[in-house]
Amino acid sequence: MESLTLSDVEQKYYSDLFIYCDTDNTKKVASNGRVLDLFRAAQLPSEVVLQITELCGATRLGHFGRSQFYIALKLIAIAQSGLPLRVESLNSVKDLPLPRFVVGKNEAEARHAALYQDADSQGLYPAAGTALIPRPPGRGHQNKKAPPSSTSLPAHEVIQPLAPSIETQPETTSPVISPHQSPPTSPHSWRKHKRQHSGGNTDRQQVVAASGAVWTQFREPQTGDGDGMWSSHSPPPLPSQESWVSFTADTPPSSTLPAMHPSSVQVDTTIRTVASATTTNEIQRQSSSYDDPWKITDEQRQYYINQFKTIQPDLTGLIPGSAAKEFFTKSKLPILELSHIWELSDFDKDGALTLDEFCAAFHLVVARKNGYDLPEKLPESLMPKLIDLDDSAEVPEPAAEVVYSASPVEVTPNKSPSMPSLNQAWPEMNQSNEDTAIVHPVPIRMTPSKIHMQEMELKRTGSDHNHPTSPLLAKPPELSEETKLPPTMKFVAANTVGGKRQDFIFSPSGASPEALKVVAPPPPPPRPQQSHSRSSSLDMNRTFAAPSAPGQPQPSTIAFPPAVPPRPLPTQGVPAGGTVLTATTSPQQIPQQPNFADFSQFQAFAASEQPSSLPEIDKHSEVEKISEGAGPLRAVKSDGPADERTTATAKCSSGPLAPPPKPVRRRLKSEDELRPEDEQLGPQKAGAIAAPLTAQPSIPRSIGKDKKAIQASIRRNKETNTVLARLNSELQQQLKDLLEERISLEVQLEQLRPFSHL
Amino acid sequence: MAVCIAVIAKENYPLYIRSVPSQNELKFHYTVHTSLDVVEEKVSAVGKSIGDQRELYLGLLYPTEDYKVYGYVTNSKVKFVIVVDSSNTSLRDNEIRSMFRKLHNSFTDVMCNPFYNPGDPIQSKAFNGIVSGMMVQTG
Repeated sequence: MESLTLSDVEQKYYSDLFIYCDTDNTKKVASNGRVLDLFRAAQLPSEVVLQITELCGATRLGHFGRSQFYIALKLIAIAQSGLPLRVESLNSVKDLPLPRFVVGKNEAEARHAALYQDADSQGLYPAAGTALIPRPPGRGHQNKKAPPSSTSLPAHEVIQPLAPSIETQPETTSPVISPHQSPPTSPHSWRKHKRQHSGGNTDRQQVVAASGAVWTQFREPQTGDGDGMWSSHSPPPLPSQESWVSFTADTPPSSTLPAMHPSSVQVDTTIRTVASATTTNEIQRQSSSYDDPWKITDEQRQYYINQFKTIQPDLTGLIPGSAAKEFFTKSKLPILELSHIWELSDFDKDGALTLDEFCAAFHLVVARKNGYDLPEKLPESLMPKLIDLDDSAEVPEPAAEVVYSASPVEVTPNKSPSMPSLNQAWPEMNQSNEDTAIVHPVPIRMTPSKIHMQEMELKRTGSDHNHPTSPLLAKPPELSEETKLPPTMKFVAANTVGGKRQDFIFSPSGASPEALKVVAPPPPPPRPQQSHSRSSSLDMNRTFAAPSAPGQPQPSTIAFPPAVPPRPLPTQGVPAGGTVLTATTSPQQIPQQPNFADFSQFQAFAASEQPSSLPEIDKHSEVEKISEGAGPLRAVKSDGPADERTTATAKCSSGPLAPPPKPVRRRLKSEDELRPEDEQLGPQKAGAIAAPLTAQPSIPRSIGKDKKAIQASIRRNKETNTVLARLNSELQQQLKDLLEERISLEVQLEQLRPFSHL
Repeated sequence: MAVCIAVIAKENYPLYIRSVPSQNELKFHYTVHTSLDVVEEKVSAVGKSIGDQRELYLGLLYPTEDYKVYGYVTNSKVKFVIVVDSSNTSLRDNEIRSMFRKLHNSFTDVMCNPFYNPGDPIQSKAFNGIVSGMMVQTG
């Protein structure tokens, strides 16, 4: 393409025209009707038009890109002024009048054009001096002004540089295009006004006035746009209508004009929006298009989802890295950029893409192909978890508007109305999760669990708050969350959200424990066993505590020890005061049963203040803290079957709060402490167990009334007993293992110590 | 104060090496290269069956008057070497370990990227960020 230098006015004009013709918002104008009409409107012989098309290279490309279009327009202007069509003349002809197009149809544009023209002619060509054709023969009112060649074509509207204003500033663009009237009120605050001869534009004034309402309305949503220009331009005084025409050509915008080129995001987006506005006259769309540029519209998302299906039919499944690599390599982006996109979009760093991650990656690829620079961090709207991470607040630099035009999906400015709601939902989620600040890539980190603790608190306190957002949450994120939940327990982010989602789905009461369970970092192998046993015992707990949500058992199976302690406490505190109440049958036995486990130890510890007690107490205090101080230790103890669990879980709960080595140590310590205690208490335990067991049969005998209830309680107690016994044996086994491990570690340490003193 | 951080592949060629630019980078490259011998020695010596992180962390490899070199080897024989300036208050062992852990994590993330071919120099921005953080924070 021959390089083309355009004057400011021309730039604006051409840009407007391009927007006008770019009905598909693809930034390249196929030889569709609009373009042809336009060229026809130039009133040039068809062979000239053909020649122009050839010259500008459109025939080569098969369509009119922006540059081709501009060149074509310039050639048209050249032809219209009677000069021979030469490539060299593109740049050499100075003071070329703007190409004239006579269109009989679009009044609005025509009016605009006329307005533009007036303004342009008057203000934009001050220096030109030449009788720029400017006065598009056409507008009746313009005739007054147009001294030269104002072949008034009252019937015809002239498409004049609507575009210029648009190009100049984003704000102007939209309003300008808005069919009919808009520009005037729009920010074309245009200094130009002054130039514009106020005279003779009474008609325009009316037009302006009419459009004023439209535009102001239009403008307002756009003020939200990143461009401050909008707001900066107060509605140009109606009298000075030309104002809108006078795009600040002579003002700074002019300097920006040269900067505008197809790759410029702003222009693209504005043009796109403008065109869309022109065609669709949907102010809403335009307003929404000025939101987060990285938002994915519904069409885009649908397209992404379809593409996802081609690779992975299960929308909740994952796309393996290799498949994703092949897919994205097809986009012909350099590997380095693809690598960067992958880094941004693979949120949980699992080497696979969920639907959300895939959409984000695809979106980034699309944006990159459109000339957007890749952000350093994943934009908020592309966050798959909808959780506001610490660095997610950054909005990508690239311009204010999103360029969706290049997306394979015809992303018309049709931002679905649901998007804003989604976005609203997301910020809500984000706010609620702000303090979670999940650090996604570090599975080992225990801090997330602390965050999850907080989250749990949040959830408990604000579950209602979260609930409303859940329905609003996009399904894909939900799906991805749930998908992520099983496979990637290790990632806090996924877990958190998954946990939360599940909370929404299941029950608010179960939220915190589930979240905790979900959130806990990958425990060492022994833990899951514990959790299973615990979960069953938790079931027992639930059976004792009738009101508990039925959904809990399922997540509890996934639960990790840390999750357990909080639950009993909150259940005690909140939903199941019933726990205590319902544990009618067991209260008597419960204190006896668990006591064998740890509580006696605790009491002993508390009494003796042995160092071993401290961790226990600490843990319990932690548990208490975690559970918002729900229930004293006693209450925990009296929670029955949860005693041993709580202690163990308390130990484990302290784990998540500390770096990985610590929980092990603490567990070791506590278990060490427990072990001797357990051994000591073994006989006591047996005795204790025997006591309740014996007590159980005796009780029904003694009571002898509610046989059913008693038998049920007996059954439950027996189950609890077996579970506890199993748990006990498992714990002891774990203890042994850990001790062995510790010993071996110490041995290693000893061995390596001499070396470390080099 | 980490003045130099290097990631060396199994075949003992560098995947990533970055130094505090103010100093003579060549000197650090040489140091890292020579430290590989010590790494090999340690790896072969510490041939325990228990493959826990303790084994991965090799500790102080080689102290000189100006700096100390710490090593860390992954299970896939990828070596991380951190050169620390001795003039700074000597970093505790735990801090070095945490640095290695962070390095290992971000290295894993780089590996997870399907667009990364093992054996290529590491060009990940995230990895660079982590390394910069470690080099800046410690010095």
